[in-house]
Amino acid sequence: MSKPVIATTSLAGCFGCHMSILDIDERILQLIELVEFNKSPVDDIKTFTKPVDIGIIEGGCCNSENVEVLKSFRKNCKILISLGECAIMGGLPALRNGIPIEECLHEAYIGGPTVGLNKMGIMPNDDELPMLLDKVYPCHEIVKIDYFLPGCPPRADLIWDALVALITGDPMKLPYEVVKFD
Amino acid sequence: MKDTVKQIVEKYSKDKTRLMDILIETQEAFGFISSEAIEVMSVMLNMSKVDVEQTISFYHFFSTKPRGEYAIYLNDSAVAHMFGRQAVKEAFEKETGIRFGEVTPDGKIGLFNTACIGMNDQEPAAIINNKVFTRLTPYRVGEIIRCIRSGCKVDELINESYGDGKNQLPSLRAMVSSNIRRKGMILSDDYVYGTVTSEVLPKMSPEAVIAEIKHSHIRGRGGAGFPTGLKWEFCRRSKGEKHYVICNADEGEPGTFKDRVILTEKPELVFEGMAIAGYAIGGDEGILYLRYEYRYMKEYLEQVLDEMRNKNLLGKNIAGIEGFDFDIRIQFGAGAYVCGEESALLESLEGKRGEPRDKPPFPVEKGYLNQPTIINNVETFATAVRIVQNGGEWFTQFGTEDSTGTKILSISGDCMFPGVYEVNWGFNVNDMLNMVGAYDVQAVQVGGPSGTLIGPDEFNRTLGYSDLSTGGSMIVFGKQRNLLSDVVLNFMEFFIEESCGSCSTCRNMTQVMANKLKKILKGKGVVKDLEDLRSWSKVLQASRCGLGQTAGNPIISSLKNFRHLYEEFIQKEKDFDEGFDLVAAVQDSCKYVGRVPNFHHH
Repeated sequence: MSKPVIATTSLAGCFGCHMSILDIDERILQLIELVEFNKSPVDDIKTFTKPVDIGIIEGGCCNSENVEVLKSFRKNCKILISLGECAIMGGLPALRNGIPIEECLHEAYIGGPTVGLNKMGIMPNDDELPMLLDKVYPCHEIVKIDYFLPGCPPRADLIWDALVALITGDPMKLPYEVVKFD
Repeated sequence: MKDTVKQIVEKYSKDKTRLMDILIETQEAFGFISSEAIEVMSVMLNMSKVDVEQTISFYHFFSTKPRGEYAIYLNDSAVAHMFGRQAVKEAFEKETGIRFGEVTPDGKIGLFNTACIGMNDQEPAAIINNKVFTRLTPYRVGEIIRCIRSGCKVDELINESYGDGKNQLPSLRAMVSSNIRRKGMILSDDYVYGTVTSEVLPKMSPEAVIAEIKHSHIRGRGGAGFPTGLKWEFCRRSKGEKHYVICNADEGEPGTFKDRVILTEKPELVFEGMAIAGYAIGGDEGILYLRYEYRYMKEYLEQVLDEMRNKNLLGKNIAGIEGFDFDIRIQFGAGAYVCGEESALLESLEGKRGEPRDKPPFPVEKGYLNQPTIINNVETFATAVRIVQNGGEWFTQFGTEDSTGTKILSISGDCMFPGVYEVNWGFNVNDMLNMVGAYDVQAVQVGGPSGTLIGPDEFNRTLGYSDLSTGGSMIVFGKQRNLLSDVVLNFMEFFIEESCGSCSTCRNMTQVMANKLKKILKGKGVVKDLEDLRSWSKVLQASRCGLGQTAGNPIISSLKNFRHLYEEFIQKEKDFDEGFDLVAAVQDSCKYVGRVPNFHHH
C-alpha cells in the first residue's frame, strides 16, 4: 500500500495550529516515513497534484478565498479534519460576528486610531482581493467535516495521536486531560 | 429626577431586596431608568452600579433608554400571528412612521414586541402604558395613534366597551374579557369567600389542614404536578426564622391565561387559600408574584386585599384565632418567562436577575430570603380552599385516581369558543375539541411551547398527570396553519428570547436548533439534519431548570408527531448541505467598499 497523503491549510487562523503540528518535534521524521505531504505550507506545494487522504484545516472562513480553498479541500480530500478553535467555532476572528461588517471596515480603514496614513479614506476594493464575508464561519457550516480536533492550539500530542489513529485504524486514546476544557 | 428616585428608594426603606419595586416605579415615572437614577440607587442601596444594571438588563420591561411617553408592547405569540398580528404591526409602523424597537423622534411613541401577554383568547393584543388593548385591527390602531397624537391619556384610548364580568368594575376598567365557558368548584359562584377561614379553620389544627390537603391528593396546578400536601408538610417541618407563602402568578407559558381569569373573577379565593397555607405552614407573610403584563390589575387587587383586611380575613388574629396573623403583598415581575420557575421567581423577589437556583436545597428548606417557603400556583391556592371546606375525601370524587379534582384550561387558537374551561381531570382531547367548537383540527399544543404538539391520532389521549400533563394551555391549530413556520419556529424564538443565558446548553442549543429549522424551511435541509435535531436536543437535558430542559420540545414533539412536514422540505438527493450562500454572504462588504462581487476569480 502506498503512503497516505496529507494536505494542510490555514484559512482565517494564526498559523498557531500549524506551529503545533511542528511541535511533534523529532516525530516529524517518523511522520514523513508514515505519510506523504501534498498541498501544504509545510512543503510549500501550492496546488493539489493528486488525490489526498487526509485534509487538515486550520482557521474558519472570513472571506471568499477561504471558502474556495475549503471547498477545494473537500473536493480533493477523502477525510477532512477541523483543527483548532478557529476552524471549529470561528475562534478569535469570529469576535467580529456581533458587529456589522460596515462598522468593522470603517474601524479598520477610516475611523480607527492607527489609520493615520489613509488620509483619502480608501477602502480596499480591488477585484483581485478576496471578498469579506458577512461574518466568520466555522468550516462545518460551509462543507462537511469528518473530525474535529479541539484546542487553541490543539496539543501536538493530540494531533499526533489523531493522525496515528486515522492511519493505523486503531481507536484513539482520549484521556480526561484531553477532553476537559476548564 | 434625582429627588424622585431618592423618594422611591426611601419608600422601600433602602432595602435592596425590593430593587424590583424601585426599578418598576422609576421606569414608570420616567419611561426609562437613566444612569443618574442607577447612580442614586447604587449609592443609597449600597450596591455596585453593575449589580443594579444586571437586574435592569434581565427584564424586558426595564430600559436604560427612553421607551416613549406611550410605550406600545404588541404581543408576539403564535396565536396573535394567527389572528392578524402582521397587519396590526404594519398599521402601527405606518401610523407612527417608525419600526418596532424604535421610538418616534419626538419621544412620544415607542413600538416594541413582547412575548405572550396572556390574552390568547382575544388576540391581537397590546399593552400601552400598562393598559391592555385586545382584538386590535388596523383600523383601531389608526384610531389609537390619532388619539395619542391629539394628547389623550391612556384611559381615554379605551373608548370601546369594557370586557365581561369583573373587568367592568371601576377599579379594573379593562377591555379584557374573562371568557369563562365552563365552571367547576373554583369558578363557581356558590362559595362565599371567607367561609372556610371564619367557620372551618377555627376548628382545625394546622396539621389537620395539611392532612386534608394530603388526603385530597391534589398536585400542583402550575404544570410540574408536585403533591401540594407534601410540599406544605415539608415546609412546616423546616426550621427557620420565618416561613413564607408565595403565590406564583407569573403565568408566562404562551397560551395560558387562566390565572388572569381566576385573579380577575375570584381573587378572594386565591388570597384566602394563601392565608390557609400560611396557617398550615406557620407563616405570617404571603406574596403574590404577579407578572408585569397584569399590572392593570394592581389597583383592583389591592382593593380586594384591603377589603379582606377590613373583614379580618387578613391581618392579626384572623377570624378570632389567637396568633393567626397573615398578610399579603403584591410583587410585580418585569417581563421574564423564566421567573415562573420557582427558584428564579425567588431570585426576582429578592431584587435580582431571575436566574434559577441550583437545587437542592429546595425552597421548602431555603426559599425566599433563605427561609422555608412554599410556592404554589394561583389555581392550587384557590382549590385548597374548597378542599379544606369539604374535606380531602370529597375532592377525590372529581377527576381520576392519579389526577384528582378539576383543572382550569386556557383554550385558544382555531376554535369557535376560546376561553377558560374548568373541567374534571380525565377529559380526553376529543371531548375538549367538541366542547370548544373546533373542527378540521390539524394539531393541538398541550401545555404550551414546553409541552407537546399532538395530531389527530392522539386526540383520544387523556388529560392528567399520568398521560397528557398540562398547566392549562391548550392551543388548537386548524388544517390551514403551517405548523413548522408559524408555530414551531415561533415557539423556538420564544425560548431563545426567554433563556436566562446561565446554562450554555439552553443559551446555545436553542439557537442551533432554530437555525437548523430555518435552514430546513429554506429547502436546504438533508436527512441528517433531522437526526441531528433529535440527538442534539438531548444536550438540553443538562440545563439547570425546566425552561432549558423543555426548550427543545417544540421541535422534538413536532418531529416525532409530524415528521412528514419536515420531510416535505428535505433534499433527498444530497447527504450534506449547510445552506451556505456565498453570494449573500459577500453582498454587504462589497457594497460598502464599492466593488462588484466577482465569483469567477479564483
